[in-house]
Amino acid sequence: MRRGFQVRVVGPQDWILYPALLSLAAALVFSTPVRLFGLPLPEPIFPMVLAFAWPLIRPAVLAPITLFLCGLFLDLQWHGPMGLWSLVMLGVYGVVLSVRSLILGQQTFVLFAWYVGAVILAYAAAWLFVTMDVGAAPSLIGSALQVLATIALFPFANWLIERFDDGDVRFR
Amino acid sequence: MAFRDGPFENLKVPLVWTAAVAVVVAAVAAGFLLLTDNREDLTASGYSGARGTFDQAAAPVGKVLSAPVRWTGQGSDFIGQYFFAVRENRKLREQVAELESLRDANIALRNVNARYEALLKIRTEPAVPMATARAVSESRGPFVNARLIDAGTKAGVRVGNPVVNEHGLVGRVVGATTGVSRVLLVTDVASRTPVLIDRTDARAIMVGDGGGNPKIEFVRGHGAIKEGDRILTSGDGGVFPRGLPVGVAAKGIDGTWRVRLFSDRGAIDFVRILLFQDFSQLVNPQALNAPPLAALDAAPPPSPELTQRIQEVAPANRQPSAPAPVQAARPAVAAPTTAQPAAQRPAAQTPPRPATTSPTPAPAARKAAPPPATRKASPPARRPDGTPRRPVPYERLNPGGAP
Repeated sequence: MRRGFQVRVVGPQDWILYPALLSLAAALVFSTPVRLFGLPLPEPIFPMVLAFAWPLIRPAVLAPITLFLCGLFLDLQWHGPMGLWSLVMLGVYGVVLSVRSLILGQQTFVLFAWYVGAVILAYAAAWLFVTMDVGAAPSLIGSALQVLATIALFPFANWLIERFDDGDVRFR
Repeated sequence: MAFRDGPFENLKVPLVWTAAVAVVVAAVAAGFLLLTDNREDLTASGYSGARGTFDQAAAPVGKVLSAPVRWTGQGSDFIGQYFFAVRENRKLREQVAELESLRDANIALRNVNARYEALLKIRTEPAVPMATARAVSESRGPFVNARLIDAGTKAGVRVGNPVVNEHGLVGRVVGATTGVSRVLLVTDVASRTPVLIDRTDARAIMVGDGGGNPKIEFVRGHGAIKEGDRILTSGDGGVFPRGLPVGVAAKGIDGTWRVRLFSDRGAIDFVRILLFQDFSQLVNPQALNAPPLAALDAAPPPSPELTQRIQEVAPANRQPSAPAPVQAARPAVAAPTTAQPAAQRPAAQTPPRPATTSPTPAPAARKAAPPPATRKASPPARRPDGTPRRPVPYERLNPGGAP
């Protein structure tokens, strides 16, 4: 006798809640004051992966709200200017949402190029906001290193898009 | 006709538009938070209730999360020490040989210094009490350099306390709750530290930019700094005590002077908080902000010589025909003195300081420092016998040639 398939519905918790919690947990772990072989841990912006992947997976009201909360968490965790990373990541989300139709269905290296552009745009905006807020320019070298660390997270963004893009056929 | 049969049957709000509206609303909220944030003030008001509550909740989580990572770090250190033991031993032997001669010199200098202090009856600064804490989390990006430490107001920590490790200055406390405190590192882009160059005693400001080596700006004096100079806190402004070791001067790749921090020589896991109170914490702020004229009542009585000069000058000032010769004399004295009496000044105008706005008095006049009322008075236009006075040459008023 043939057994029936168990259909699993992909809900918001699968592609919004759990990845957001994972990114915040990663930010917590990477903020530990530890040096490995004399070097400090890198400090990428983990939720940037979500800001890039979520609008490509599907537009949703819950995603910007979650990004806003993730940004506030980072600002509190790092003692940064309140609202900085929320604003920056919402900017990335908005830009990617507006060019969604151009990016969808492209090859991986095209996705990577868009991701690099989004990260550079985000850091340029953050650099500008902090310079205006504090009245002094942050180090460009330090900013470039953090950009590289965040770009290195692209495989996670790509995996997230491949995993959930086809999860719900209504959004094809 | 039912609604579903009408023209709105297939009306659906596009998901892209609803998401865009959500983005705009959230961005406006984030922008409002960013505009109202006052973290860069580095005061207790900048450490709002939300930040304090979050830090108190995050500290235990950070401790738990950092434990396995710390063990890993200790393991890597163990491996490193095992493989580099010979090189480290060689380096330590060189350091011991160098430090032995310094130790002997230090003993001799301390002995001489103690004798000088006893002879001159110098009031040395009292020892500063300390509290020890461990860093449980940190941020080291270009925009924020801060640490969370597990000691708070229960341990006596207050906003503004300097934080050091075994090598040198780390930062200052910018927020304190009962159990945890937030430390802003000297490398943070909002950090400004008054420092001095040990060799020349020149003052400067160390400015963080989010990188590992803060910049040195506003260096006073030409050639006041060179490669390898030791940088200490100057104590100016009262936030840090004088003499805390900070680092060594070095030229950056962008041509600016930077500091290689002593505190970078080791991990900043355990830190000491100097429970140092600057003068703004010790003195009543209202007393500091009192109007300066309140002390004029307690001015000492003028000396007989000064009384004689006042009596000589006073009648001439009352003469109504005085202004014309004074006007003529102004160009000769390069117009540094204002003939306007102090009582006629606007209330908001700050009275000029003698060293910057009035010419240097002649040696005879320098012995008896005139009180403010006579200093501001214009020179008498006529002698007591009625003949007009000759304008005083500029060289006599300003023998040093200062502008």
